[in-house]
Amino acid sequence: MTETPITESVADEISGTNEASAGSIIGFDASETVLTTESLGVLYGDTSAVEEITIGIPRNRVVAFIGPSGCGKSTLLRAFNRMNDLIPVARVVGHVLYRGKDLYDPDVDPVEVRRRIGMVFQKPNPFPKSIFDNVAFGLRINGYQGSIEERVEKSLQDAALWDEVKHRLRESALGLSGGQQQRLCIARALAVQPEILLMDEPASALDPIATSKIEDLIDELKRDYTIVIVTHNMQQAARVSDYTAFLYLGKLIEYGETDRLFTNPKEERTEQYITGRFG
Amino acid sequence: MDASRGGALAAAGAPPLAFKGQRHRRLTEGAIGVVLFLCGLVSVLTTIGIVVVLIGESLGFFREVGIVEFLTGTRWAPLFADQAFGILPLLNGTLLIAVGASLVALPVGLLSAIYLSEYATMRVRKIVKPILEVLAGIPTVVYGYFALTFVTPILRFFFPETGIFNAASGAIVVGIMIIPMVSSLSEDALSAVPRGLREAAYGLGATKLEVSTRVVVPAALSGIIASFILAISRAIGETMAVTLAAGATPQMTLSFLESVQTMTAYIVQVSLGETPHGTLEYRTIFAVGLVLFLVTLAMNMLSQRVTRRFREVYE
Repeated sequence: MTETPITESVADEISGTNEASAGSIIGFDASETVLTTESLGVLYGDTSAVEEITIGIPRNRVVAFIGPSGCGKSTLLRAFNRMNDLIPVARVVGHVLYRGKDLYDPDVDPVEVRRRIGMVFQKPNPFPKSIFDNVAFGLRINGYQGSIEERVEKSLQDAALWDEVKHRLRESALGLSGGQQQRLCIARALAVQPEILLMDEPASALDPIATSKIEDLIDELKRDYTIVIVTHNMQQAARVSDYTAFLYLGKLIEYGETDRLFTNPKEERTEQYITGRFG
Repeated sequence: MDASRGGALAAAGAPPLAFKGQRHRRLTEGAIGVVLFLCGLVSVLTTIGIVVVLIGESLGFFREVGIVEFLTGTRWAPLFADQAFGILPLLNGTLLIAVGASLVALPVGLLSAIYLSEYATMRVRKIVKPILEVLAGIPTVVYGYFALTFVTPILRFFFPETGIFNAASGAIVVGIMIIPMVSSLSEDALSAVPRGLREAAYGLGATKLEVSTRVVVPAALSGIIASFILAISRAIGETMAVTLAAGATPQMTLSFLESVQTMTAYIVQVSLGETPHGTLEYRTIFAVGLVLFLVTLAMNMLSQRVTRRFREVYE
C-alpha cells in the first residue's frame, strides 16, 4: 500500500531536483510511468559503466536509448530486468522502481522480474529447437495454465510471423532467415505476456527489409507493451520512438520527446552527436 | 645465374628485389615441410603396422578355428586340454565392465560438467578442474590396487558372497578412472553453447536449473554423447585395473559379484604366461586383439560422426 507515494516522490524528483540542466529530463506523472530509476549506476569491478541515471519510462510508449558505442546504453537496459546479475563482476547501485517496488530489493526474485520485463537481444538467438518449442519455452517453464497452442499462435501473430511459419511449426527455428529468427525471438518474449519489452539493438544484425519489418512491429506492439529500445542508428530512434534518451560516457545527457530532441536539442553534446560531429 | 638469384620474376624482366637470402629461406621452408611430414608419417605407419600384424596373425588363427565358432561359441578355454575358442565370454566380461563403469562415470561426469560449466564460480572452477585432471593422470595399476584392497573389501562387507575378484570392483574403479574424460569433454561441449542462448532463456524467466537442463544440455547433446562414447571406448580398452580387480575367469554371467575376464585381461594373461610363440594358443591374442581394435575403432568413428553433427548446429 506504500507503493503510490514512493512513485510520486520519484516523479517529483525527476521533474524537479535533477542536476542535469533544465528541460533535459522529462517529469512524467507517476501514473504514466511503469518503470523509474533513481541515481542508478552499474559498475564492472571498479569501473563505472553508467552512473547517476534517473529516468522514467512511460507506459505504452517507445523509449529509445541512443549514444556512441560504449556509452552504457546496453548496460542500462540490462539493469532494467536484472540481466547484469549474470555477470559476476557487475554491481548495481541506486534503484530501479517497477510499479513502486525496487527490483533490487533482497526479497525480489530476478526470475520473476525477467518474466515481467522481457528482452530481445542484438543477435537473433533462437534455441536449437522447433519454431513451436521456441515460443512455448517460456510458457512451459512458467507453468502456463491455458492452451499453449493458442498462446503460441497469438504470439506469432503479434510478432507478424504467423503467416510465414504456420505450416512449419515443427521445423527447426535455425532454418529461418535472420529477420524471421528475430521476429521469432520477439514472439518468444511476447508469449509470457511481459509488461515491458527491452530491445537491445534488435535490428543491427539484419538487412534493411528485415529491419523495417521489425520497426513496423514495434509500432504495433506499443499498444499493448511498453518498449525500451537501444539503438546506434539515430534514424531508427527517430522513426520508432516517442521519447529518446541520449547517453554519453555513462551519463544521461538529455531525455525528451523524440521530435523535439532531434529537431531542437537543448544540450550541445546531443546536438553534436545527432548532427554526426562525433560518435 | 642472374635468373636463379633474382627468381623467376626477375628473369621475366621485373626489377631485382633488394633482399638477400630468399633462396635460403625457400629451402628451409621446404625442409621443414619434409621433417613435419615424416613425423606425421610415423604414427600413420605404426597404425598400419599394427593393423597388418593383427590381421596377419589372426588369419593364421582363423585357418584353424572357424570364424563362426569364434564369434558364437560360449566357452573360452584355449589354454586348457579341452580347448574352446568362443569369444563371447570375453565379450561378456568386457561388456559387464563397460556397462558398470558407465553407470558410475556417465552420471557423475555429466553432473560435474554441468556444475563446472553452469554453477561453479571462476575460483571454484580454477581449483576443481585441475583436481579432476589429476584423476586422469593416476597410473591405472594404482587403480587396480585400489580396487583390490579398498573397493572389494567394502563390497564384501555389504555382499558377503562377493568374490575376491569381481566385476563390480573393476567396473567401479574404471568408472572413476573415466570420470575426468566425461566431465572434461562434456564441459567443453557445454561451454561452447553460445551465451546468447542462456541469456534468451534467463530473459524468459528461466531458473538456472531450467537454463541448464532445458537449453544448455540439449544444445550440447551431441558433444556430450561423443564424450560418453569415447569414455566407454576407453573403458573397453582398459587393461591393468580390470586384470587386477576382475580376475581371469572367462564366463557368461550378468552378475557383477563374480569374477570375469575381459578381452584385455586375457591378452595380458597370455602375453605374460608361458605360451610358446607361434602356437595356436599364442595366436588367440591377435584374434582377440583384432576384435578389441574393431570395437574401439567403431566407437571412435561413431563419436566423430556425432561430433561433426554437433558442429553444424551453430554455423
